[in-house]
Amino acid sequence: MKQQNLITTDKYIELLRFTTAGSVDDGKSTLIGRLLYDSKSIFQDQYDAIEEVSKRRGEEGVNFALLTDGLKAEREQGITIDVAYRYFTTPKRKFIIADTPGHIQYTRNMVTGASTANVALVLIDARQGVLEQTRRHAIIASLLQIPHLVICINKMDLVDYSQEIYDRIHDEFEAFAGKLDVHDVSFIPISALRGDNVVDRSPNMPWYEGSTLLYYLENVHIASDYNFIDCRFPVQYVVRPYTDEYHDYRGYAGRIAGGIFKKGDEVMLLPSGFTTKISKIETYDGELEEAFPPMSVTMHIEDDFDVSRGDMIVRVNNVPRQDQDVDLMICWFNERPLRENGKYLLRHTTKEARCIIREVRYRMDVNTLHRDVASKQINMNDIARITIRSTVPLFVDAYNKNRITGSVILIDEGTNETVAAGMVI
Amino acid sequence: MKYYLNHLEELESESIFILREVAAQFENPVILFSGGKDSILMVYLAIKAFHPARVPFPLLHIDTGHNFPETLEYRDWLVNHYNLRMNVGSVQKAIDEGKIKEEKGFNASRNNLQTYVLLDELEKGKYDAALGGGRRDEEKARAKERFFSHRDEFGQWDPKNQRPELWNLFNGRKHFGEHFRVFPISNWTELDVWRYLAVEEFPLPNLYFAHMRKVFERDGVLLPDCEYITRRPDEMVKEELIRCRTIGDMTCTGVWRSSASTIEDIIQEVAVSRLTERGGRADDKRSETSMEDRKKQGYF
Repeated sequence: MKQQNLITTDKYIELLRFTTAGSVDDGKSTLIGRLLYDSKSIFQDQYDAIEEVSKRRGEEGVNFALLTDGLKAEREQGITIDVAYRYFTTPKRKFIIADTPGHIQYTRNMVTGASTANVALVLIDARQGVLEQTRRHAIIASLLQIPHLVICINKMDLVDYSQEIYDRIHDEFEAFAGKLDVHDVSFIPISALRGDNVVDRSPNMPWYEGSTLLYYLENVHIASDYNFIDCRFPVQYVVRPYTDEYHDYRGYAGRIAGGIFKKGDEVMLLPSGFTTKISKIETYDGELEEAFPPMSVTMHIEDDFDVSRGDMIVRVNNVPRQDQDVDLMICWFNERPLRENGKYLLRHTTKEARCIIREVRYRMDVNTLHRDVASKQINMNDIARITIRSTVPLFVDAYNKNRITGSVILIDEGTNETVAAGMVI
Repeated sequence: MKYYLNHLEELESESIFILREVAAQFENPVILFSGGKDSILMVYLAIKAFHPARVPFPLLHIDTGHNFPETLEYRDWLVNHYNLRMNVGSVQKAIDEGKIKEEKGFNASRNNLQTYVLLDELEKGKYDAALGGGRRDEEKARAKERFFSHRDEFGQWDPKNQRPELWNLFNGRKHFGEHFRVFPISNWTELDVWRYLAVEEFPLPNLYFAHMRKVFERDGVLLPDCEYITRRPDEMVKEELIRCRTIGDMTCTGVWRSSASTIEDIIQEVAVSRLTERGGRADDKRSETSMEDRKKQGYF
């Protein structure tokens, strides 16, 4: 992109993706509606439309949940059945919300929403405390390595804004979170319905000294959520103009998956293992001295090696694991159960390969973290640890080191459906 | 050196990634070009994604015969200037050949007829991926749309049978006869599009900027006076300073009273506006779920 001029944005605003999880009763849709409304992201005609529907249904006040329940079937049944994406912008950040339902049969949707999130919002009903569902959301957030977790203790208005209740839930959750691989947990007491501590500080909870939810979302540090250490460039597409002007042009297009690449760097090409140097990094807008995640660029190398889609460019002294046997934590997405020793297609970065599921090691209970080694039957929404063998070596990193080079999807060759999401252990 | 992208740079990078993924995964993709700013943005991002090579997909424009003349002028300029390829599907021709029937009455539009011609063209061209400029913030049925949206052999969208999309991994595999709709600018909002086009100083159709035009009011919406709309006796034509916030057919594109004559003015206007851009689209007002219903049938 060209240099920004100041008419267009006041300053550099960042993009933050967060996921919300909660059941209908947690007030999740109300919370999202409240964020959109209080940040003035709801347009007048949208507001008028839901006000009218609320009135027609005889509901008290405006039902913000109507804003986010998109599809006809959902509005009829009053449930959210898929991942819906919402947008709002404040002067500091642009937000993308992946709004997912919280029931156990929708674990796969929560996994989908969590896969790209910087922050996970977990809602707890102050009257109910930590439920099985709360634990499930937190476990999925830790499994998917969402860097930041915010526990919103909601409906504080219904418990008289009681600090005692807040403290009890806080301690209960913290005791449980000790068992999880989460690094940054925050707690905020809110009332989505009344607006307490969502955008504006609540006068009803003077005992709470932390920030409001929106303040948190605007200020949480996300710049280091990518891996800037281990250089990984999966080749996505080879640009060859075939014109007189660019007769010998051969550029490797792709998106940086990790590390900071610099012009002149000595790099290794995988799978060939040849080494060469980066001669040029460019975009439509010109040459770059360096490139980092998540930039889409076109790279050129000094020597005339054959590189194609699915190959990876890495630093000579820092290479990913190259292996045909890979251990994965998976979430199963399909109605047809996993077939042990079954063959599937696999997608990892820009590479496609065939693989066989050699072993189901255990099924994990998403409510208790219990590992059930006796259970080999993996059904839709199950989380399991498996071992696969692929037909060609994969260039992988552990998922907790790099979410891009550590993730795969499995595809059923018969139906072409995406049947599982996997994270490299 | 800063090691983060601002939100527009990140959106650009994501869209370029999707466009390259389409080129790599499909044999015969096509860009659906409507003449509006979203499809213009998509074409521009495609130019960037494959530079210095030519955009590897042709454009497909479904010409309803009710376009603003300015739209066609701009389209032809864009195609020539960037050395693109383009095919045009004609709704008028399909009507003349008796394949579809024109709607009658005061609110008649060719919006629904487009779907037939679109599906027909996709089949004739044997396209396996059709890139659209849809954005998820536009309308509630679009909020659940995938980047890679699978369509069955009838071109229909089944909201309950969409493939999960995780990380940056897109599954474009399909059976013979099926195709995909792909939405590279899914995550952009209206304001993002304008801000980006402003930073990039990309030329846009004049329709988006304030100009004098003969208009009349119907159901609270200002419509351009033209030969394609039959006015009711009480609908009076006035000349006003207006601009388009979206560009569609003249029959159903509501125009706005506005004096925004530069892209910066437009950004100011959009930033404070209290109506969504589709608020001016007569085609969306037919029922509460009209977008969802049209999408299921194979609309853009």
